[in-house]
Amino acid sequence: MTYDFFYKLFNSDIIAALIQSLLPLFFFILPYALFAVWWERKVSAHMQDRLGPMRVGWHGALQPIADIFKLFQKEDIIASDTDKSLFNLAPVLVFVGSYAAFAVIPFSSAFIGSNLDLGVFFLVGVSGFAVAGILMAGWASNNKYSLLGAVRSVAQIISYEIPTILIIITIVMITGTLNLNTLTQIQTGYFWNWMIFGGPGTGITKYVLIPFMVLGFGIIYISTLAEVNRTPFDIPEAESELVAGYHTEYSGMKFAMFFLAEYANMLAVSALVAVLFFGGYQSPCGYLGNILGLKWFIPVEQLFWFTAKGLFFVFVQMWLRWTLPRLRVDQLMNTCWKYLIPLAFVNLIIIGLITLM
Amino acid sequence: MALKTEHMTLNMGPQHPSTHGVLRLEVELEGEIIRSVKPHIGYLHRCFEKHAEAMTYPQIIPYTDRMDYLASMYNEFGYAIAVEKLLGIQVPERVEYIRVIMGEFQRIASHLVAIGTYGLDIGAFTPFLFCFRDREMILNLFEMTCGARLLYNYIWVGGLSHDLHPDFVRNAKEFVTYFRPKVKELNDLLTYNRIFIDRTTNIGILPLETAINFGISGPNLRGSGLKWDIRKNDPYSVYNKFDFDIPVGTGLIGTVGDCWSRYFIRVREIEESLKIIEQALEQIPEGDVTSAIPKRIKPPVGHVYSRVENPKGELGYFIISNGTPNPFRVKVKGPSFVHLGVMNELCKGHMIADVIAILGSIDIVLGEVDR
Repeated sequence: MTYDFFYKLFNSDIIAALIQSLLPLFFFILPYALFAVWWERKVSAHMQDRLGPMRVGWHGALQPIADIFKLFQKEDIIASDTDKSLFNLAPVLVFVGSYAAFAVIPFSSAFIGSNLDLGVFFLVGVSGFAVAGILMAGWASNNKYSLLGAVRSVAQIISYEIPTILIIITIVMITGTLNLNTLTQIQTGYFWNWMIFGGPGTGITKYVLIPFMVLGFGIIYISTLAEVNRTPFDIPEAESELVAGYHTEYSGMKFAMFFLAEYANMLAVSALVAVLFFGGYQSPCGYLGNILGLKWFIPVEQLFWFTAKGLFFVFVQMWLRWTLPRLRVDQLMNTCWKYLIPLAFVNLIIIGLITLM
Repeated sequence: MALKTEHMTLNMGPQHPSTHGVLRLEVELEGEIIRSVKPHIGYLHRCFEKHAEAMTYPQIIPYTDRMDYLASMYNEFGYAIAVEKLLGIQVPERVEYIRVIMGEFQRIASHLVAIGTYGLDIGAFTPFLFCFRDREMILNLFEMTCGARLLYNYIWVGGLSHDLHPDFVRNAKEFVTYFRPKVKELNDLLTYNRIFIDRTTNIGILPLETAINFGISGPNLRGSGLKWDIRKNDPYSVYNKFDFDIPVGTGLIGTVGDCWSRYFIRVREIEESLKIIEQALEQIPEGDVTSAIPKRIKPPVGHVYSRVENPKGELGYFIISNGTPNPFRVKVKGPSFVHLGVMNELCKGHMIADVIAILGSIDIVLGEVDR
């Protein structure tokens, strides 16, 4: 919808596509990241009998903006023995990797950055981008803590991608599409059509699928937590051991890029989980627009539902972070290779058999 | 041809979030596995023992506060007992009771910091703030009593600087009733958390024999399974009038002497301290707390060694008097310093993350290590 509008305006498909892809970045992700920074501080504060930021704006709502301004003013320190080109490139790569993922995520039926047929594939590939950035950051910093953090992080992200992908494959087997928009549209109607409740089908297959979908959801949620380095898997930046992990040496805006990328990643994986299992932008209970006969209102509602679902999973991530301790590296790897991957495989095989029937 | 490999040396600290002060650990690593840990101390050295030689006996008290700044009351307590022993004076009953109440509150406060920061070391942020919230209330009680929140100068040789605030007993009782359920909350949130247990059990096992050979005392020794507490085994003040247990590591979860065991001893000691405080608040007699304070402290020639059960272990004062108002020598046997010595034994073969877990579990305060 928006693409057509820009195509008519500029009469160029490249410019239209570019604007289309950049729109979510400016109107959704950056405001979201700022909001999430504030929100996380508030959530943690209220869980800990504190108030959190209260001075800048209403209940400290403008705090993240003040923080960004502060970070802009800070000196951009580059330690003497760093590999300068890698050191400068790394935050950009991490930032781009995490923000590019939003290009394929359907925010509502009227707005998808790029309606790629290989959407899921693109998303998984692009989020793997961050690995290279993190490794570069750790290596170029010439700091032992950074290096250890980066090595841990890469091991962790690569390991946990496997169960994530195995679960994504189960969804792809059932729905037969890699396009995130089509995936969402399949789950239309009421909430019992969501993949977590066995998808839109009818009959015995749907009910047989439910336990395996719940299991799949559990696995993918845990492994995406690990992929975005959140507690209990925040080992790469375990502040009590490795100071700040791979971004120990970064200051100013480069640090802010890592920081904003982390929050963007949180939403990206939450959105992925929402699309795969919880109907993406689909409303759980019908649309007001349909009742009132206002067709244009439906995409707005869809944007609301998408945001609500995404933010709910982000909230759960925050909740976990402020409740749980951190695992150790070997325990983390054990969790992945000894529990999640075998379970994901079994899940894959069983769902494969069910869909064959 | 074999590839040449070498161990990586990692300097943890002196500016590191989890060294509990300014400690530098020289860690030799093989990948993530630790081959040796060498603590480098002295960043906080303030010449306490040398200073003490140039000061009169009462002047030393504020300096004892600054050793283990999380257990200031108990440092004063130990020092006062040592000097009183040297002088051969008896203090009024009320003073002894107030000292015990303050000492046990201080023990709770110190253990709360130990538990909270231990949670932080393992990665759980929230228990830390919960512990500090409750510690704040204890500090409020102290502030009410003597005006200071961290370094009190409250327990003097022969007495106390002030009597209790009229509201103290009521507020202290309120705190005890408020705090009991909070220990349970802490247990639910942290102690029995699956991840916490995985991180701390069977890590840094301190066998009893090693513990004794290294001179370990306090919760760390009890975590290794020996029922040794100076409050019971060599009673001082009025501790023999109270009914309380000495928690010992039993290997409830994991092994006797591991990090969890040491941690859990502290949690249970908080409960025992609450018991002592409750009894002391009931029995506290009336009296004058300043009556026995000597006008001029000039002990006879001689020496004394006196020890108390500090929240962290055995705190001993060895004082030599040459008959002048200044001590000839004040030697402190501090638990944190002794405990730090066992780090290398505990850490070998574990991973980097475990260094933090082990360091947190032995609960050192650098102010007292360096003095």
